[in-house]
Amino acid sequence: MASTDIHVGTDTHGHDGHDDHHDDHHEELNFFTKYVFSQDHKIIARQFLVTGVIWAVIGVLFSVLFRLQLGWPDESFPILETLLGGWAEGGKLDPEFYYALVTMHGTIMVFFVLTAGLSGTFSNLLIPLQLGARDMASPFINMLSYWFFFTAGVIMLISLFIQTGPASGGWTAYPPLSALETASSGSGLGMTLWLASMAMFVVSSLLGGLNYVATILNMRCKGMTMMRMPLTIWAFFFTAILGVLSFPVLLSACILLIFDRHMGTSFYLSDIFINGEQLRNSAGQLIEGGSPILYQHLFWFLGHPEVYIVILPAMGMVSHILATNAKKPVFGYGAMVYSIMAITVLGFLVWAHHMFISGMNPFAGSVFALFTLLIAVPSAVKVFNWITTIWKGNINFTPAMMFSIGFVSLFISGGLTGIVLGNPALDIKYHDTYYVVAHFHIVMAMAAGYGMFAGIYHWFPKLFNGRMMNKPIAYLHFWITFIGSYCIFWPMHYLGEAGVPRRYFSFKEFDFASGFTDLNIFISVAAIVVFFAQFLFLINFFYSIFRGEKMKSLNPWKSNSLEWTTPIVPGHGNWPGPLPVVHRWPYDYSKDGHEFIPQTTPDSEIEKIPSSERLEVR
Amino acid sequence: MYSLLGILAIVLLVVILFQLSKATELVGGMEGEEIANDRNNKLQAGLFLLTLVFGMIGIFWSSYYYSEFFLFLKEPAAEHSALIKGMYYQTLFAIVPIFVFTHILLFAFAYKYKQDRTRLAKFYPDNGKLEMFWILVPAVVMIFLVYQGIVNWYKITGPAPENALVIEATAQQFKWDIRYSGQDGKLGVKDISLMNPDPDLAKGEEMNPWGQNWDDKSNMDDFFAADSILLPVNRPIKVKINSLDVLHSFYLPEFNVKMDAVPGIPTQFVFTPTKTSAQRQEELNNPEFIYELACTELCGKAHFNMRREVYVVEPDVYEAWVKRQKPLYQTLKEATAGDTTEVKKGVAGI
Repeated sequence: MASTDIHVGTDTHGHDGHDDHHDDHHEELNFFTKYVFSQDHKIIARQFLVTGVIWAVIGVLFSVLFRLQLGWPDESFPILETLLGGWAEGGKLDPEFYYALVTMHGTIMVFFVLTAGLSGTFSNLLIPLQLGARDMASPFINMLSYWFFFTAGVIMLISLFIQTGPASGGWTAYPPLSALETASSGSGLGMTLWLASMAMFVVSSLLGGLNYVATILNMRCKGMTMMRMPLTIWAFFFTAILGVLSFPVLLSACILLIFDRHMGTSFYLSDIFINGEQLRNSAGQLIEGGSPILYQHLFWFLGHPEVYIVILPAMGMVSHILATNAKKPVFGYGAMVYSIMAITVLGFLVWAHHMFISGMNPFAGSVFALFTLLIAVPSAVKVFNWITTIWKGNINFTPAMMFSIGFVSLFISGGLTGIVLGNPALDIKYHDTYYVVAHFHIVMAMAAGYGMFAGIYHWFPKLFNGRMMNKPIAYLHFWITFIGSYCIFWPMHYLGEAGVPRRYFSFKEFDFASGFTDLNIFISVAAIVVFFAQFLFLINFFYSIFRGEKMKSLNPWKSNSLEWTTPIVPGHGNWPGPLPVVHRWPYDYSKDGHEFIPQTTPDSEIEKIPSSERLEVR
Repeated sequence: MYSLLGILAIVLLVVILFQLSKATELVGGMEGEEIANDRNNKLQAGLFLLTLVFGMIGIFWSSYYYSEFFLFLKEPAAEHSALIKGMYYQTLFAIVPIFVFTHILLFAFAYKYKQDRTRLAKFYPDNGKLEMFWILVPAVVMIFLVYQGIVNWYKITGPAPENALVIEATAQQFKWDIRYSGQDGKLGVKDISLMNPDPDLAKGEEMNPWGQNWDDKSNMDDFFAADSILLPVNRPIKVKINSLDVLHSFYLPEFNVKMDAVPGIPTQFVFTPTKTSAQRQEELNNPEFIYELACTELCGKAHFNMRREVYVVEPDVYEAWVKRQKPLYQTLKEATAGDTTEVKKGVAGI
């Protein structure tokens, strides 16, 4: 198939116009332009990753703090007062701040950790490396995308320390609660800062997403057709499309909320009687005509695609890692691509399944129910394809592989309860109960989180100069996290079956919710154990950046994809010489007696690959 | 002090584990990486298998253990609960076997196909027929569940029957107030602009806590449930749901009733209670059992504490209770001029 006059790895200048003058306009880089405001996608990936990891520690810590309240509602915890001061006087969490912690936990985890930390890191790292490009389409915009994320983080961090407290109306920030300062102290300055932070975050995501799409469409190296791209790239591609089309709607929701809060408008507000009088704006006009349900539509128009933005990159990475470590092609590559596409398209059509009980017209509910249950089909296809990928494989259980297999388990568990919740008749029962909390934590905190761990363990050498993370600790990290996080979230289904509502500071006030003292203790203990187990990861991660064992071969996982053809420390421009040329798809594993065949291998050079021909297929 | 020590102890433990792990890696390096790797693969594969077995046992045992709390396993207390219960069983019938089966495959394959250096994996990139099969089967199952779901959804959210008892629930931070229509069976018209819960009596303002328009005579026999909310059994109840300030949600867990309360947009839920409180108490062998009303949409600081008690009683008990209630209009009129405390005591919820 390969043309006879092209050697592996050599490319004439045809494709590399970009390459030639890349070296020409290299001005002198100072410390700031090289390391801080770097335009190199690999450094930006590291920036996203480290920032995401730091936010993850903060976000999970918050959940441990409020689980102390839920597990032991009658106890006081001096550590709460140490950390939170007046918000936890006498070691007892103030209910207002409980809701602030819950709100911040959700916001931080969904946006800062699982969107920026997951997509931002791996799209940046892998898109150029796996496509054979020197860098992103616009390195400058790429740099901006990180620094807007950083700014969003700074604003959110500041909001934790103000006197009236951070936003406390839930990560969903529904008005009128989030619009009216008098309805909750967290709806004061804290909510203003939350909105400012979200605005910065949306800009960051849009800049990143546009870059990813442009790079994937335009900068693939010679021979890299769309259908020869690794599944990671397909996932990042559709994730970016989801983001570019849906984040602006979140921004519009936020802008209208800012108007309602500060400019006397009534997009979301109508007929409100609070503080003993009917609500008027500062010009004395009655607030009427708005709809809180409008906000919910605008929010969830992003909110639902957002959860696919969270899970798709994890799915792509898991597909790739399963194939690499099972030494088998991903089963049904085409179906996997079309599933991602179907999930993307359908993902835009299901948002109001979060709103079945909002008071909207039941007819609307039925439309969204149809699309919601349909989206289960491509998801099911992916699960079956992953299982078939490992069938008759030859599995090397690297830490990344462990988390990838764990991912599949969690996606099955969490995805199946999605089928319950997507049914509006059943949603009457389960909406706003712990059944929902169980569902989304299993698919996001666990499944997507595991995808992030798998990606970090697998691509650590590419991120950090050829160093590997310590393996025995990694396995301990996996098992404690896997068993422990199932112990946290599985029992929440039982709370949901009993009808226990979510976002409750305490369960003692209601007979129907107060029978679970022991179970709540169990969940809180598991949460504390899993939190501390993450230190196994954190210490491993930060230690290995500086002192991790250097990889001994260029390609420690014997992977086919292009990122392993760069030098151990890929410099600026990734390949010191010409860009690679691709001759095959990334999943020729165990083909014709060869354990792996890198994408850059033309048919004429296959004999040069280490052959495993003496082995039988069993 | 103790927490600090505790945290230090945990950090120390983590560091110890880390050192042990590095030592293990060194040992592995000494005896040859391939041997160490093979041993590890066998270990991890075995652990996955153990997880499958003990995980499944744990899940099924704990489900059984907590099943006494599961609402759907109790006798339905509302007419539409039977629809929801049936729908749930159909869904469980699909998802439980899938959950078990896919997990068995996943972990069993992980165990069986652990690395063996003497063999090669099977190059099996695709199989069109297999793909078609597992696209079509889930699609058919989903279409069936969606169809049932939508049919049931329309039944539950359909219009109220003619003989429905109409009551009105108004939510605010942080309580529920329930208005009944009194003997005339009609709720009077309200207007937020008429609301005056705290009138300036010196200026001759009159108290009107709920903005009832007294020109509409149906308002004059409307009363608010002072404490217990009574409902007649086996009669359709249409609850009109309002909110004064922020989003709340009207939630009766035992009756599968849930609907958001939206300021500015009235919502509703129609249901028929089919079990009296007394019957439920006997069924559960719990004479203290009470149906409860809760809020289930985050509404601020005391969201978790918006509790009301609901009693489902025989129609004659309900009628007798209705006759005993004092309309708000009467309370307001009886209040002596200037003596708002008396009125406030008599008026529901203030």
